[in-house]
Amino acid sequence: MSNYLPVLLVFVISILVAGAILILSRFVGKGRPNPDKLAPYECGVEPVGNARERQSVKFYMVAMVFLLFDIEAVFLLPWAVVFRGVLKSDVYSPLKYIFYGEMMVFVVVLFVGLIYVWRKGILEWNR
Amino acid sequence: MTALLLEWTIKIAVLLGVLMTAVAYLTLLERKFMSWIQLRVGPDRVGYWGLLQPVADGIKMIFKEDIIPLEANRAVYLAAPAIALIAALMSMIVIPYGSQVNVFGRVIDLHVTRMNVGVLYVLALTSLGVYGFVLAGWASNNKYSLLGGLRSSAQMISYELAFGLSMVSVLLYTGTLDLASIAEGQSGWYGLKWNIVQFPLMFVFVVFYIAALAETNRTPFDLPEADSELVAGYHTEYSSMKFVMFQVAEYLNLITSSSIATTLFLGGWNGPFVDRFPLLGLVYFGVKVLALILLAMWIRYTVPRFRYDQLMRFGWKVLLPIAIINIVITATILLLRS
Amino acid sequence: MRGETILFVVFAVLALVTALNVLVQRNPLYSALSLIGTLASLSAVYMTLRAQFIAAVQIVVYAGAIMVLFVFVIMLLNVPKDQPQVEKQKGLRYLAIPFAGLLIAETFTVLQRLPARSMPPLPASGGDQAVGTTWSIGTALFTDYLLPFEVTSVLILMAVVGAMVLARREND
Repeated sequence: MSNYLPVLLVFVISILVAGAILILSRFVGKGRPNPDKLAPYECGVEPVGNARERQSVKFYMVAMVFLLFDIEAVFLLPWAVVFRGVLKSDVYSPLKYIFYGEMMVFVVVLFVGLIYVWRKGILEWNR
Repeated sequence: MTALLLEWTIKIAVLLGVLMTAVAYLTLLERKFMSWIQLRVGPDRVGYWGLLQPVADGIKMIFKEDIIPLEANRAVYLAAPAIALIAALMSMIVIPYGSQVNVFGRVIDLHVTRMNVGVLYVLALTSLGVYGFVLAGWASNNKYSLLGGLRSSAQMISYELAFGLSMVSVLLYTGTLDLASIAEGQSGWYGLKWNIVQFPLMFVFVVFYIAALAETNRTPFDLPEADSELVAGYHTEYSSMKFVMFQVAEYLNLITSSSIATTLFLGGWNGPFVDRFPLLGLVYFGVKVLALILLAMWIRYTVPRFRYDQLMRFGWKVLLPIAIINIVITATILLLRS
Repeated sequence: MRGETILFVVFAVLALVTALNVLVQRNPLYSALSLIGTLASLSAVYMTLRAQFIAAVQIVVYAGAIMVLFVFVIMLLNVPKDQPQVEKQKGLRYLAIPFAGLLIAETFTVLQRLPARSMPPLPASGGDQAVGTTWSIGTALFTDYLLPFEVTSVLILMAVVGAMVLARREND
């Protein structure tokens, strides 16, 4: 268990490094603020419209489908890790066809989901 | 306990130094390699053969003016490159760089720690790295940045699925999530035990590598941050060292993806005579990672950029089904062999 | 173990603080970021309870996928800073107080009835077959919990169809 402590250690060290870079940037670069420099960049012309307007719903759909397939991947992970062990172990190996078949059912159900999303045109980005 | 803490701190400090230097010299390597492919010489004025070029670039970037746009959300604006950099740095601790060395009678493993969920840890950090880009785009209060940030993150999450699912195929073979064990399991037999040589996994490597290139926003998948599109995407409004942090995070992600690919597919630190001279493991690992990075750069200067809708279509309609079918095929082969 | 207890307390307090911050912030994106902090603290709490797989999966799914969805939606709607929040039914706010009190009373009642030593001892570290490790989750999922697992796949399919129908209705 103690071999998870380096995660905390590297997190703290990375925050220190990132903080040091930000502080360095703030104090070493010369500051000559100028209203033109501080305005949002729009290829040199005056910015038109507000940056806080509604964006397209395509991003929501992509994130939703990603979420669902991520959950599927999370179920696939423990199955994949124990698969070989199950095939070899004495306790579980009579069940090996069930082990394999159940996950194939799971994958097929989710593949049907992918085909549904595909046919509905959600995955076309330029409709 | 303090001895362990000291060991970890020293290893992390050494790794940090090596990685930062590697990132700096990768910029030089990229420019040199690009120029050779384009039949020109590349930077060679600064220092012999251009070797001081990264130093000059670093010093220049430090002294650039630090601009924060007026309407930006300051806290998130400053935190976003930090998130990208931290997520990129944190994955260095699980990668096995070698087996074990004997220093003054003390056995030191050539990896910082050995997690029994190492692969999941890398996947988690990849998922968290998305936030750096999407928050940078939003906090800059610039339409181009927001759109670039949203597109970058949509691209990253789309390819993250193929990335993770191709790793699942490898896990079917290795039976463990621990990267150090995966590397150890590929030793012996003169390289015939490397995972890339096993039958279904050679195609999985292609899927994994393409997904890794798309994850790290490398060309041909770099539309959201390309120079001629959307200005510069999510890092339009970033100047000086904050921009450097994004670039460093991008190169670090490339190094991490290549290291994971090496460990999972190319046998990690394995090679001839590595059991007698463990330090050779470091050399073999470095050579393999360098080869994969050069492959990524080669692809960058050869293949034209994907348009964004082609990119998303490729990720969802081609790569994801191939990854899933690969899992089914690998499981079937393993079942039939038992 | 003293070290683990200290870490547990630290991360539990951090989880509470970030959770409270979710309620306090005015900007919805800051609330979402605090929620990510809460999920990360919870993942650390799972780690101190020796459930490493759950801790990693918590980050991959919850903080890395569900919160990305939240953040995308907040950015899609993109409410500008100075637009006031319209509250349509002000009276409902006062209805919240008795309901919150009811919830707290229920929690106290349930906690009082738990026997003092009902928590099982933590599994010995290094145990590959212990609860919360990948081996035990993998085998349990396909032996004891097979039906919930298959039902989950159908549930995910339902979620896909539902999300697409809901989102498409605005487009068409």
